[in-house]
Amino acid sequence: MLLILLGVLVLHLIILVLLFVSTAANAWTVGGTSSQDLWYSCLTINGGYHCKPASNEDWIQAVQALMVLSVLFCFFSLIAFLYQLFRLVKGGRFFFTAVFQILASLFVMCGAIIYTVMVPDGGAGTSFGYAYVLAWVAFPLSLISGLIYIILRKRE
Amino acid sequence: MLTFLALAAVAFLGTVPQQSQSIVIYTGWERHALVGSDVRLSCSFFSWRWTSDDVTFSWTFRPDGSRDSISIFHYTGGAAYLDNKGPFRDRVEFVGNPARRDGSIVLKNLDFNDNGTFTCDAKNPPDIVGRPSSVRLLVFENVPIQAGVITGAIIGVVLGLLVLIVVIYYLMRFLVARRVFNLSVSKHGKKKKEGSQQRQGPAASAEPAKASSDKKKQESRKDKK
Repeated sequence: MLLILLGVLVLHLIILVLLFVSTAANAWTVGGTSSQDLWYSCLTINGGYHCKPASNEDWIQAVQALMVLSVLFCFFSLIAFLYQLFRLVKGGRFFFTAVFQILASLFVMCGAIIYTVMVPDGGAGTSFGYAYVLAWVAFPLSLISGLIYIILRKRE
Repeated sequence: MLTFLALAAVAFLGTVPQQSQSIVIYTGWERHALVGSDVRLSCSFFSWRWTSDDVTFSWTFRPDGSRDSISIFHYTGGAAYLDNKGPFRDRVEFVGNPARRDGSIVLKNLDFNDNGTFTCDAKNPPDIVGRPSSVRLLVFENVPIQAGVITGAIIGVVLGLLVLIVVIYYLMRFLVARRVFNLSVSKHGKKKKEGSQQRQGPAASAEPAKASSDKKKQESRKDKK
């Protein structure tokens, strides 16, 4: 039991880190010397690193909001997990934890889908960056984690 | 030893490549403005030399979609020369302070044709090697939504809904628990009454009062329904 709990906790922490890095890093689209989204568009010219704020179109702001919300909900889920770990009756399910975690996975999915559909063609040489990949990796992981919490029962 | 180090430092500084002594010009990256309004394009520079009297500023404009630039402003020899023939005739004003290394200009009464790139080039003799800096002007009909407004709105609404749901949940639990508590108290009271029928006085007056108030409540609820 302790091993399962530890494994589940480690998975949760990994998901939180993935979501945080994906939200904070400006590397959803990269190409050669440029990297942009979600917050800045940065360009490396002749040794100088110039950044300007990302375009403030509606869809980018929506993706920003959804990613931030997913990080927050994953964090709330962690708090709920720790709380329910000590306060839940024997045989109870981690309901709140699961709800928050599944909501977090939903938000990541929505954010990643919106970004995929709406990102303009950056031209030759640009491709999706590591932050984008991390978002798509975090979505199934958080969904699985949420489902585990639904199935998990507290035992002594 | 110390003199040797000092001499070496001076020699090293003397052989510093010329690139690090070039002039660095700062303008904004992008400026947004409404049609018909004024916009200030700022330009300042950094130079290792003192600001000389022969400092010059010049602004050139390249419209969007065009490859030619035209000069719209030049400051030299202590005097500012504004555009008197081109698209910015009578619309440029010099608001900078060359002594403070500021070569900013104000463009008045903007039009959609003013969309383009403005380049500022400053020279501070003998420090003349530098790269001009450009600022893009975007003229809008109405101000586009600011960065972060939608983001903040979405986050605020979702968190607010969360807080609301939690509050409603706990409120319902509290109300249901209180109702259950009241019912159990009334049941307990009835049992007590059956158990000890001698003490009818105050209890009897309390019970009918409570029963009638309960009945009134139920009737009012039925009326509401």
